[in-house]
Amino acid sequence: MTMTRALAASFLAALVSLAPAHAAEAPKPPREEWSFSGIFGKFDQAQLQRGFQVYREVCSSCHSMSLVRFRNLAEPGGPGFTAGQVKALAAEYKVKEVNDNGEEVERPARPADAWPSPFPNDKAAAAANGGKAPPDFSVLAKARTFERGFPLFVVDAMPFVGYSEQGVDYIHALLNGYEDAPAGMEVPAGTNYNKYYPGHLIAMAKPLSDGQVTYAKGENGEPVVPETVEQYSRDVAAFMSWTAEPHMEARKALGFRVILFLILLAGLLYYVKKKIWADVGGEVHGLQPELHKTG
Amino acid sequence: MPGASDLANNVADSVPAQTGPEGTKRDFLFIATGAALAVGTAALAWPFVASMAPDAETVAAGAPLEVDLTPIQEGQIITVFWRGKLIFVRNRTDKEVKDSEAVQLSDLIDPAPDSARVKEGHAKWLVVYGNCTHLGCVPIGHSGQYDGWSCPCHGSVFDSAGRVRRGPAPTNLPIPPYAFTSDTKIRIGDEGAGKAVA
Amino acid sequence: MSGHANTYVPKSRLAKWFESRLPLVGLMHSSFVSFPVPRNLNYFWTFGAILIMMLGLQIVTGVWLAMHYDPSADKAFNSVEHIMRDVNYGWLLRYAHANGASMFFVAVYIHIFRNLYYGSYKAPREVLYILGVIIYLLMMATAFLGYTLPWGQMSYWGATVITNILAAIPVVGDTIQSLLWGGYSVGSPTLNRFFSLHYLLPFMIAGVVVLHVWALHVVGQNNPTGIPIKSGKDAVAFTPYATVKDVFAAVVFMLFFAYWIFYQPGYLGHADNYIPANPAVTPAHIVPEWYFLPFYAILRAVPDKLGGVILMFGAVLILAFAPWLDTSRVRSSNYRPIYRQFFWLFVIVCVVLGWLGAKPPEGGYVIASQICTFYYFAHFLIVMPLVGLFETPTALPGSILESVTGPGKQIESGSGMPVGAAAAPSSKG
Repeated sequence: MTMTRALAASFLAALVSLAPAHAAEAPKPPREEWSFSGIFGKFDQAQLQRGFQVYREVCSSCHSMSLVRFRNLAEPGGPGFTAGQVKALAAEYKVKEVNDNGEEVERPARPADAWPSPFPNDKAAAAANGGKAPPDFSVLAKARTFERGFPLFVVDAMPFVGYSEQGVDYIHALLNGYEDAPAGMEVPAGTNYNKYYPGHLIAMAKPLSDGQVTYAKGENGEPVVPETVEQYSRDVAAFMSWTAEPHMEARKALGFRVILFLILLAGLLYYVKKKIWADVGGEVHGLQPELHKTG
Repeated sequence: MPGASDLANNVADSVPAQTGPEGTKRDFLFIATGAALAVGTAALAWPFVASMAPDAETVAAGAPLEVDLTPIQEGQIITVFWRGKLIFVRNRTDKEVKDSEAVQLSDLIDPAPDSARVKEGHAKWLVVYGNCTHLGCVPIGHSGQYDGWSCPCHGSVFDSAGRVRRGPAPTNLPIPPYAFTSDTKIRIGDEGAGKAVA
Repeated sequence: MSGHANTYVPKSRLAKWFESRLPLVGLMHSSFVSFPVPRNLNYFWTFGAILIMMLGLQIVTGVWLAMHYDPSADKAFNSVEHIMRDVNYGWLLRYAHANGASMFFVAVYIHIFRNLYYGSYKAPREVLYILGVIIYLLMMATAFLGYTLPWGQMSYWGATVITNILAAIPVVGDTIQSLLWGGYSVGSPTLNRFFSLHYLLPFMIAGVVVLHVWALHVVGQNNPTGIPIKSGKDAVAFTPYATVKDVFAAVVFMLFFAYWIFYQPGYLGHADNYIPANPAVTPAHIVPEWYFLPFYAILRAVPDKLGGVILMFGAVLILAFAPWLDTSRVRSSNYRPIYRQFFWLFVIVCVVLGWLGAKPPEGGYVIASQICTFYYFAHFLIVMPLVGLFETPTALPGSILESVTGPGKQIESGSGMPVGAAAAPSSKG
């Protein structure tokens, strides 16, 4: 196997030497702590409610969220609003429908209705935003990612050390990534410099500023969390993580039970197999059974 | 081929041959594993079955439906849909109400007094599901000999209270959950006191 | 279905009545109960059963997803999200199906490399093997068609790129392309027919799997020594020995599968596929699913469109010629010291090609792809014929049993198979 090992080593060395040529892109978004990451991760309801508030008061004037229904806000595993709150919230919005006379009329929204989009259609959204429609928020946290490269991408797939929050981290970083363009870089009209945006020139102007959204105060009248861009972006990114994967908590909880059951079943089967094979003198393992001779 | 049937015996014999404490332990292991496999397979089937039930969108779309009664003329039947099901709303004439109330229960296939077919104080208004209880066709209004409906498919006849008067339909047209929110408005899917049907 | 005698003896009157009219139970019995299995099979031989399980799971989850999916261009994306959000356990069905495709390929690649390592493609198993290559081709077609169905950016652009590849075929390419499109570009008619074909192909796979299993039961299984079953002591009965081992391995594989479904459901997919298809914007890095990456690297290693396409399809088709390209009389690489080194080199080259397929086609990556592509083909066209001629294999054991126990040793407890029962497969081996 020495020849194989040597070849493998020289191959890996050659590959690593290929890689740096492409490293000079946007910096990687920093990895953040999220309550919902990992095998036992759960959404922080208060954070989702704050994130929803940021979306509603700031983002929703340009970004649609067309796959989210009002009712979702009261469903298990989400922000945990009550059915009554959702009903009252929905009633604040108007949706269009066609009445019995064929006329388009507006009625108050119901919990079953989709979140109303800020623009009547994509073309109107594009026209109002310099030619490019602001992306829909529904699954955006799953639609954004960044490359972590070898060998991290292997580690990211593994249990306990795994990482699947690239999208949320990117959104959080992007919202905090507005800064002055480096000297000598031209920023054309209609674009803004953002450290984390691929290519750095993003059409969206800095959307959040400190103190812009007033969060509910705690019992002692003090703010529970700071009212800063950092906190707003963290909360809205977490909220988007929920809109992208509303059944995440159910998925992880069911997964835990399924995996425990399969471990138990595999253990039982292992002993059953051992017992059965004992009748014919046990079984042989390994790639090269001639290396495992019992005599 | 020699040994062919020996093989079958050999295979059959080789498994449960042992007895005594070792055999019991072994039997227990086999039974436990078999049971775990059966439970696992049944659990695997559950999501498939559950996914065929009405989805969250369909359930949510069945929210209560308000119907304004003012445009419905006396004698007129209108149709609305709730949860995808056809519903008749009928403004009955005084004669129809009187005739219906006068029917002997013993003459009915599925006995029910007229008062049980309407809401108290709103005897003019009949609200029933619009599919024949035989096999689901839509009965034609103002036809048949009882001022009610007659089904074009298999000839069932209903009266002006939606009660079946001639088969093959076995039961009266069922009444959806609804409540009067005012004298001229009903909410279908409302069990009363504003509470929506689950 | 198999070359050996039917050992099933119906007991009840009803069973006798049925068996004399359709010997189905006897067929199943001889194929999956009394079938002689070499006693030295390792866990790489459980992947056939795992693959059958995966095919079954993919078909079942797929049929259930089709109850909720809408294959029109303006509704497909949202209908997939409807499954994810509103359908009871819809997220589970969808993630099981999407990750199931990847798991299916994990299992098939292990199955294929096991075959290549142990020389299972060699006579008398050529037809069995070629049926396997056909299954692999059908799997690739099915996976590609399935990936277009969510109608995200990767779906759309994947469909565009692959249908453009077919346009490179001389003379008929344009016609094939427009027949696949059903329009002047990838669009709603394309999606609709891809859905139809995606639903059809798995059943064709199932049909070829039946032939594959049939062929297996005519020629018998290969084993780590590569030498045929010579006596009953070399074999055990399929049931319970292979059955319990296969079930155990299948459950362990399910454990692996479940991890992806529940904890990394998006890892093997691509973020861009959560952006609805947009014919005006191509994603920055357009990359196929991981199981196609080696072939994608081969496609891009060649600067010529037709040349790349020929090499890409050639890379799959060349597999079918392995039985005649390999000149060695010894099957198993365990006894082939030189070829074994080349085998592992081939595995590394395939992995590296996969890695290169995910990289942009620039500079050093292209050169590396070209070197690896060269070795990929050289392995079949040069290494396989030449090494077989010059290599001196190490001594083969006298029998399968001897490989397990050592020369002259006996296993004390009884064998699973009486002498003679395994005669049919070995006489052909």
